[in-house]
Amino acid sequence: MGRITLDKVRKAFGDVEVIPPLDLTINDGEFVVFVGPSGCGKSTLLRLIAGLEDVTSGEIRIDGTDATHLSPAKRSLAMVFQSYALYPHMSVRKNIAFPLKMAKLDQAEIDRRVEGAAKVLNLDSYLDRRPGQLSGGQRQRVAIGRAIVREPSAFLFDEPLSNLDAALRVGMRLEISELHKRLATTMIYVTHDQVEAMTMADKIVVLQAGRIEQVGSPLELYRTPRNKFVAGFIGSPKMNFIDGAEAAKHSAHTIGIRPEHLIVTDEGGTWTGKVGVSEHLGSDTFFHVHVEGFPETLTVRAGGEVNLHYGDTIHLTPDAAQIHRFDAEGLRLA
Amino acid sequence: MATQHSRSAARLMMTPAVFLLLVWMLVPLIMTLWFSTLDYRPMRGTFDCCEGLANYTRFITSSAFLDSVITTLQLLGGVLLITIVGGILLAILLDQPIWGQGIVRILVIAPFFVMPTVSALVWKNMFMNPVNGLFAHLFKGLGLEPIDWLSQAPMFSIILIVSWQWLPFATLILLTAIQSLDSEQLEAAEMDGAGPLSRFGYITLPHLARSITVVVLIQTIFLLSIFAEIYVTTGGAFGTRTLTYLVYQRVIESQNVGLGSAGGIYAVILANLVALVLMRVVGKNLDA
Ligand SMILES: Nc1ncnc2c1ncn2[C@@H]1O[C@H](COP(=O)(O)OP(=O)(O)OP(=O)(O)O)[C@@H](O)[C@H]1O
Ligand SMILES: [Mg+2]
Repeated sequence: MGRITLDKVRKAFGDVEVIPPLDLTINDGEFVVFVGPSGCGKSTLLRLIAGLEDVTSGEIRIDGTDATHLSPAKRSLAMVFQSYALYPHMSVRKNIAFPLKMAKLDQAEIDRRVEGAAKVLNLDSYLDRRPGQLSGGQRQRVAIGRAIVREPSAFLFDEPLSNLDAALRVGMRLEISELHKRLATTMIYVTHDQVEAMTMADKIVVLQAGRIEQVGSPLELYRTPRNKFVAGFIGSPKMNFIDGAEAAKHSAHTIGIRPEHLIVTDEGGTWTGKVGVSEHLGSDTFFHVHVEGFPETLTVRAGGEVNLHYGDTIHLTPDAAQIHRFDAEGLRLA
Repeated sequence: MATQHSRSAARLMMTPAVFLLLVWMLVPLIMTLWFSTLDYRPMRGTFDCCEGLANYTRFITSSAFLDSVITTLQLLGGVLLITIVGGILLAILLDQPIWGQGIVRILVIAPFFVMPTVSALVWKNMFMNPVNGLFAHLFKGLGLEPIDWLSQAPMFSIILIVSWQWLPFATLILLTAIQSLDSEQLEAAEMDGAGPLSRFGYITLPHLARSITVVVLIQTIFLLSIFAEIYVTTGGAFGTRTLTYLVYQRVIESQNVGLGSAGGIYAVILANLVALVLMRVVGKNLDA
């Protein structure tokens, strides 16, 4: 079981309110991702759930029972830290066994569980090494191993992949998703990387300055962002925003159109512009297009083999069904 | 090439310093070795060569020798125990966010800057004096008989004085070590279900091991040559005669330079033995 409910949880450090009162329900077995820009309170929220910080007011319930004032150890949650926080003087085996030893399990059971976790995470051959003798990815796995042996009711991850290189990050992302499918345990995952959020989450919680901007599945957030912030944050590259007369044509204060919803044609088109910098990724090419009368460039996605160069004239047509309209407050217009 | 050049240049540059250090060390050592084979008693005008090892056997067979070695080790052990345990406790305390932290830290470190002779005198006259000392007043205030610390518990008193001087050093080193402990490790341990004592035992203490080693090694070097504190307080009486003090007595009080020099050589050997044992026992912490 691992159903976590936050009820009007508020956190202030001294006079600074980092998290204004916030409600959130995380269902059993869900993979929830907290995403938001740096300093928006993702880690703080996670630490409140873990019990490493005390809430200023409000209530945290785990599986229906009030856990607001429970010590971290008693909440049966396991956490994987950004720095891994492995114990440097203990072998990998002892690191993984540590929570079991603290729970005073008998040695045979400890050995059984550690071996089991090591097998799942491919750590068998490293069990007698110290953390200092492991690579970043292996350390990450040890930290996860230490979390899973306890069989907690939920896992908390605080940017666990941010210290890894890009290739390893993709690999570990899959491994964690895989682990979630196998264990079917609630996982809360903090990241500022929206690709991680989109690929891993059942449910994404977008935070800004401690407030929840929107909660929903990755596709919901992509298709119907509730406001300009979410629209700009989810999706890569960022959505293009156009104000003024163009927006007024759609009777909105601002319209948003994603780079993949701009169609490039040789003739005609709604807008005509000049190609600026282009980014070739092989599969896709992103053009930054200067359109007459728009203060900012438009980002356009085109196929990998498109033959357009700096200074070329380009004609663009937005996919009418994919135009997002926002009012002056930045809220979505139906 | 460049590195090789600069390396030989560096050697050349260091030569004077190394030479000076060698002379500084070797000349006294060789003179002591030479004196230790002589029957050299300046007050009586004896300066006879070639006693052989007679001074060594005489020094070691005197009843005072074994006592002095035991006293030295007692002093060493007592002070190390108090400073390490006290240092860890104080370091933990000073690591907490408390009001007036800066001032408290300076106060804690202050005793280290007091000269040994001065601090021994202060303790002797202001704290431990059986008539006017603070402890005497305290005891009288509690309706107890004041203790004459330096004659009734001389060893304890000296250990106390020396510990007071070295506690700041231990605290300072251990405090910096505690501050370098990653707080996420402690939080991880907390989430893993470790209580405060387990966290200390499994996380903090192993983290401190290296610094404790450094404190033990450095203090040992200085504690083996403790002199002023004994000279000022008990003058070596009441079983507070360490090896260093015994050598001093032989040379200065008995005016027997030969015998004292032999004792000095024993002290050098003892110091090296202790250092060797310590390196073996705790030195492995330094590699990891
Ligand atoms: N102990 C603290 N005392 C005071 N302010 C704090 C404390 N911890 C965090 N804050 C503040 O709370 C805000 C949220 O911090 P938090 O660490 O939760 O951000 P985050 O979303 O995790 O950012 P990042 O993505 O950079 O990790 C920040 O503005 C930070 O300065
Ligand atoms: Mg963070």
